[in-house]
Amino acid sequence: MSASVALSLTVNGRRRRLRVPPMKRLLDVLREDCGLTGTKEGCGEGECGACTVLMDGLAVNACLVPAVQADGARILTVEGLAKGPALSVLQRAFVERGGTQCGICTPGILVTAHALLQRAKGRVPAAVEVRVALAGNLCRCTGYQKIVDAVRAAATARKPRAAARARPPRAAAKARRSAPRGRGVRR
Amino acid sequence: MGADVPKREGFEKVTGRALYVDDLRLPGMLHGRTVRSTVARGLVRRIEFDPAFDWNGVVIADHKDIPGANVVAHILEDQPLLVADEIRHADQAILLVAHADPERAEAAARAVRVEVEPLEAVLTIEDALAAQVRIHGEDNVFKEIRIARGDAAAGMAGADVVVRGVYRCGHQEQLYIETNGMIAERTPEGGIVVRGSLQCPYYVHHALQRMLGLPPGKVRVIQTVTGGGFGGKEDYPSMIGGHAALLAWKSGRPVKIVYDRLEDIASTTKRHPALIRVRTGLKRDGTLLATDVDVVMDGGAYVTLSPVVLSRGAIHAAGPYRCPNVAIRARCVATNTPPNGAFRGFGVPQTVFAMESHMNRVAAELGLDPLELRRRNAYVVGDVTPTGQTLRESVGAHEVLERTVARARWAGKRRRYERENAAAGRAERAGRFAPGGRRLRRGIGLALGWHGIGFTGSGETMLQSLAALDLTPDGRPRVLAANTEIGQGAITVFTQMVAERLGVTPGLVLVETPDTGLVPNSGPTVASRTTMVVGGLLEKCAQGMRDRLELFAERPLENSADFQRVAKRFLAERGLLRVERRYQKPSHIEWDDATYKGDAYGCFSYAAIAVEVEVDLDTGEVRVLRATTAQDIGKAIHPVLATGQIEGGTLQGLGFALLEEVRWKDGRIWNHQLTNYIIPTAVDAPPLDVVIVECPYSGGPFGAKGVGELPMDVPAPAVVAAVAHATGVRVDELPVTPERLLGALAHRKGTR
Amino acid sequence: MRAALSTLEVARPRSLDHALALLHDSLGHGRLVPLAGGTDLFVSLNAGQVPGTRYLDLGSLRELRGVRERAGALVLGAMTTFSEIREHALVRRRYPALAAAAAEIGAWQIQNRGTLGGNIANASPAGDSLPVLMVLEAVVHARSVRGAREVPFSGLFRGYRDLALEPDELITAVSLPAAPARAQQFFRKVGTRRAQSISKVVLAGLLRLGRDGRVDLARVSLGSVAPVTLRARRAERVLLGAKPSATASAAARAALLEDIAPIDDIRSDREYRLLVSGNVLEQFLRAAAPRFARG
Repeated sequence: MSASVALSLTVNGRRRRLRVPPMKRLLDVLREDCGLTGTKEGCGEGECGACTVLMDGLAVNACLVPAVQADGARILTVEGLAKGPALSVLQRAFVERGGTQCGICTPGILVTAHALLQRAKGRVPAAVEVRVALAGNLCRCTGYQKIVDAVRAAATARKPRAAARARPPRAAAKARRSAPRGRGVRR
Repeated sequence: MGADVPKREGFEKVTGRALYVDDLRLPGMLHGRTVRSTVARGLVRRIEFDPAFDWNGVVIADHKDIPGANVVAHILEDQPLLVADEIRHADQAILLVAHADPERAEAAARAVRVEVEPLEAVLTIEDALAAQVRIHGEDNVFKEIRIARGDAAAGMAGADVVVRGVYRCGHQEQLYIETNGMIAERTPEGGIVVRGSLQCPYYVHHALQRMLGLPPGKVRVIQTVTGGGFGGKEDYPSMIGGHAALLAWKSGRPVKIVYDRLEDIASTTKRHPALIRVRTGLKRDGTLLATDVDVVMDGGAYVTLSPVVLSRGAIHAAGPYRCPNVAIRARCVATNTPPNGAFRGFGVPQTVFAMESHMNRVAAELGLDPLELRRRNAYVVGDVTPTGQTLRESVGAHEVLERTVARARWAGKRRRYERENAAAGRAERAGRFAPGGRRLRRGIGLALGWHGIGFTGSGETMLQSLAALDLTPDGRPRVLAANTEIGQGAITVFTQMVAERLGVTPGLVLVETPDTGLVPNSGPTVASRTTMVVGGLLEKCAQGMRDRLELFAERPLENSADFQRVAKRFLAERGLLRVERRYQKPSHIEWDDATYKGDAYGCFSYAAIAVEVEVDLDTGEVRVLRATTAQDIGKAIHPVLATGQIEGGTLQGLGFALLEEVRWKDGRIWNHQLTNYIIPTAVDAPPLDVVIVECPYSGGPFGAKGVGELPMDVPAPAVVAAVAHATGVRVDELPVTPERLLGALAHRKGTR
Repeated sequence: MRAALSTLEVARPRSLDHALALLHDSLGHGRLVPLAGGTDLFVSLNAGQVPGTRYLDLGSLRELRGVRERAGALVLGAMTTFSEIREHALVRRRYPALAAAAAEIGAWQIQNRGTLGGNIANASPAGDSLPVLMVLEAVVHARSVRGAREVPFSGLFRGYRDLALEPDELITAVSLPAAPARAQQFFRKVGTRRAQSISKVVLAGLLRLGRDGRVDLARVSLGSVAPVTLRARRAERVLLGAKPSATASAAARAALLEDIAPIDDIRSDREYRLLVSGNVLEQFLRAAAPRFARG
């Protein structure tokens, strides 16, 4: 029993050794002790998902995780999504397709979407599947439409090219089914 | 122009690099907390500081510490920064504490005991109107506005049919995902700098001058990256900014105040609740002859922005319909609740909800298709509004109506849902149900709305907005404006408009941070004015800059590289280049504040929406299947951003219609946790199908009008109509919760 | 409003036995509060409600994890998360109502952390998994320094947030007996919105018709309509042996109203809950046996 605990965790691939109060929220450990302010607080009660990080590959609300239970864990935050200076396919899709407006929910949404795309393993998830995955990430600005479209566009862009080439007719049909429908601007 | 360039600040937002106020830390910073009232009305008798608490290092500030005036300056100066003796609403700020350790600050706030003698409080519109307890003047009315055209009484008398309805909507919380937050610090020169999440830096600048007794040059306000505003950060930042500034002033150290969600919901501004009575007189064929509307809004405990919300709501209350006889009476009453303020739409979602629900009721009573009723009456160019404004151009009402119903396949869907509902009823009587044993019904509803762009009447003239464009040392054009990026894409759109006029790529154009030390006062980021009014000024600045540089070069400029070369040469040979333009009222716009007659706005934007729902008759749950909307915004400078505004505003409108309700207990907000204040998730949100219509406005840059608030005005009445279509029951109070819907169904005899 | 988290202490037991010893020793001078997934606890802490100053971290106890079969029953460790339940092949096949309930608890982030043991120990009357466990007649395995004990689910809740467990007992596992063959399973949550919501009415049911066409198995459990999750015994008695018909459905509904005691609260009101409980019961009955809807 002690007022502070020694933690060893890996954040975005980098090992961190910290000494923090055991019930300090993982959210605050990341923002304060690791200096990673990309993960945001929107509610403190696990409702809005702005604090979503991956913990051992699973999306969790960092505002509900005590530091002591993050000991030995592998954490991925928004800062870990890009490879060096280049944006990931998912991040770029958000910038280009209006998936981010005020941006405060964006880190949490990108992390959850990243987990979804990892699980989908090259498949393009249906719109309803994306919505269910993102049900724990509230956005007040976008209405979610462009977020869903951006996630699916990223999934389409990430599909293994070899597989697409090997079976052209099916791949083309799948691309037709999964490509974002022509909603939006009409004159 | 009309292109989808990537969002300028997108890179920072998707990498987590964007710095919001809570991401900032200053050396020696203290964390501030607010001690608030727990009763709705009372007199402060005594304040006790728990002697068992260690007050070492805790900074305390009360109203006596305010160097200037104890006011949060808005239109009036009736709202105090801190309670002096009278509490007028629950969760009103009484005292401030600060400490370097946020946990100690929190504990200190809890260690303050305020002894209050409670007074009888007025909590509802009905209580206020009854005026048994008077909390403002003789009748608890902050403001009354009347608009009249023709003779409504005579018009009613001559009508074939008169239809009446009473409509009600409540508070709505803006629920920006980033809560309110400010950091303040004193400057060595005896001034103050405040950074934070806000929409209008110059509003805060003005308020701080008054409360600190400082001249304008000693106050500096800087916007940090802001995680949503929607009007909720229009006037409230002056309050929280003032609190942080006061603590910083007293302690000499930087102070950060960031609200947690519970405090933010409990104590900040909300949409004004409204109780609206509508009476319309029509010919049997659906032609409107007379419209009479009585609006009462709840302003909360202080005046703040209420007169303007009331004004806008009143001006839009009769809907975008041709009608020779209109009488509108609008009052805003005082109650002992936290003052209400701006929320996207600013009075129009309330009054358009009432009028559009009413039009659907009228259609039902006359046996007319709701579409036909609107076709018969919707504005065309040349029509005159209730304030006597002739709509000279850019009236997309019919076009948005037709595009919406075509894309939504209105007629076919209506028939199809009616058929399917009847079939479902028959099947159920024969013992066949939807999966899960459910009884489902579907419906489609329609609404048409309008939204005046810019400040009402002489508002823009009074604002005297000034915007500027200058050159950076390396020859890049730089926008200098106080308008804030709050997610809507203001930065990107400014770069596009300026680039278009300069003949360069948008990427060359920089936008200075909205920092009152660096940019002129181009007015607030509200009223859907940013693109049209401020963009319009910047367009003129750009033209002015181009003219100067081409004069200097003695030839036309060719492209970005050419621009930069010429610009650098100009700077070397002539010195700085800065072009300013100030708002000038178009000569044909005339408005009389005293009589409420004339041109209320330079132009209006228009929107129509068709909403499809599925209702579970056993639980009253309403699922939105689809929303299809066409919106006339003059010109889409950036179609993806404009569509994004429409989609986002539409979903907020759907939340207003179905989910979002502020519930009260003893004058305090009961559901101040996000768990219990329900906004739509990605699963609640339907696919949103948006069509942009462009009826260009000659007074707008590149023909653009405004889009920010328009989308919020129309979803709610369309939802009500869709539910009515599905179930046969019309609910006149928002939100249409399952409880209200089942209650209404129970009152009706038989179900389909 | 948030509690001062830095003042809270956490004991990190090396094993289940160690945890039980620590828990036992803490009685009388600040009982250790068990900490499972934290998804309820941290919401309370955020609102300034502090159940205790010393916590017992169950997160690293492997004895509390894992899903195993034992003699036809499925045994889920107390720290099994709702994601694991939602995705487990045997749960989906044999106890689809439980998989359905798991998928409706919060959203992904909550399901990845929230645990079965935590949901039970929290004993909220609105706990979504509880009515399902009730109709499946789950057995809660508890342990203390004195040994192991089994508590049938029906006897678990003594009153509002009051479990029939000793203060030094920990829930270690929940076993689900083999689901009755050929019984229809049903789960319906009526929440405040379509995802990430707290229930206003939640119902789980099991129904089976015998060869004679009469009901030979009827189990119904509801949450959010009483201080505890309950079995609707009166409704079950009316259904058992009944021939499915609209009359029988109405009779079951009338009996149900005697079983429940809903209130007005922050999310809904008594009137709505009375009406919708009955409606959802009838949805269940006609989904399980369409004849319940016919004259």
